[in-house]
Amino acid sequence: MKVTLHIWRQSQPSTKSDFRRDGAMVRYELDGVSSDMSFLEMLDVLNEKLIKEGQEPVAFDHDCREGICGSCGVVINGRPHGPEGGTTACQLHMRSFKDGAEIWIEPWRASAFPVVRDLVVDRSAFDRIVQSGAFVSVNTGAPQDANAIPVPKADADRAFDAATCIGCGACVAACKNASAMLFVGAKVSHFAHLPQGRVERAERARNLVATMDAEGFGNCTNQYECEAACPKEIPVRVIAEMNREYLRAKVTEE
Amino acid sequence: MHGEVSERIRRLLSIQGKRTVDDFHKALGKIMWGKCGMARNEAGLQQALQEIPVLREEFWRDVRVLGSNESLNQSLEKAGRVADFLEFGELLCRDALERRESCGGHFREEWQDAGEAQRDDENFCHAAVWEYKGEGQPEVRHQEELVFENVALAVRSYK
Repeated sequence: MKVTLHIWRQSQPSTKSDFRRDGAMVRYELDGVSSDMSFLEMLDVLNEKLIKEGQEPVAFDHDCREGICGSCGVVINGRPHGPEGGTTACQLHMRSFKDGAEIWIEPWRASAFPVVRDLVVDRSAFDRIVQSGAFVSVNTGAPQDANAIPVPKADADRAFDAATCIGCGACVAACKNASAMLFVGAKVSHFAHLPQGRVERAERARNLVATMDAEGFGNCTNQYECEAACPKEIPVRVIAEMNREYLRAKVTEE
Repeated sequence: MHGEVSERIRRLLSIQGKRTVDDFHKALGKIMWGKCGMARNEAGLQQALQEIPVLREEFWRDVRVLGSNESLNQSLEKAGRVADFLEFGELLCRDALERRESCGGHFREEWQDAGEAQRDDENFCHAAVWEYKGEGQPEVRHQEELVFENVALAVRSYK
């Protein structure tokens, strides 16, 4: 199949105050694309062609290419990770597009995720959020026997729903406010449903929300675009849980 | 060390050849997959040991890495890795050739008993490592004997 691509090209990194400077959408025609190729393999083919023609290849993040690492992520025709629900860009295949399709490919759009080059953005703001409390800090010593701490099945399931987050940032890219609340909510919810996580629940909610705000992410206005874009289909329920945990932490603050 | 790294990067960027890094990576992958896969034999390994240095020489003469080292350059990153693979792939073949028995994931077709891996505990009851001696120098093999005091070595049969 043949496709027409419009790709964001930017050779210099953005700064927070002036994100997406020095960039432009560039049009490429690509022939000989197999419908069995993944979306990223299609970009690999484009890059081989560009290099042979003496043009610098398109930079894009990728690692596992099986939907678990959270590295890949581009906005495809206005939708983070593309048109299919519950998939990452690497799990998207060219059979999801028609022969002759025009495809617009852009990086995540959020001032908290400055563009490094082309389709690569700096998501270290997520790392700093995680470092501010998305963990259990007590030293648990040697591994315990399995099931030594009983966790009701319903709680385990809710925790696991949130734990499937791969930190790709699609929720931020989908949100008109560039809010990271689905991501932060997933971290809060994951730990708040488990006995090991409840010990530090108040401190965690306060710290994660403070870091999220400091990094420049916006707030939730209940559009639920994040849930629709999330490749792991994390429910917006986690945002309500985060708000509840935050309120609980604030009213019990000493 | 810093100087060596800078020199290597400068060299990769200055070649400006015709073949892409992926092209070399795939060519090496094909050699490794075909001749140094789970089942390998002397003839294939000898052939791979002829082909890899030729490919490596071509890489350093004809690879095309565009852009600079002043900003994110994924082709340059990849070129550094493939340059390593071109050395390490050869060593893997040498190692596979050297171990004249079948053992674990190393199945030398010459050492089998109707499809079952045949170990040679007389000569290969040891763990081996290769010492890096610098670029272009052959690596040196060291071995450490495996001593079993409480069990007698025997053939493991899954049949």
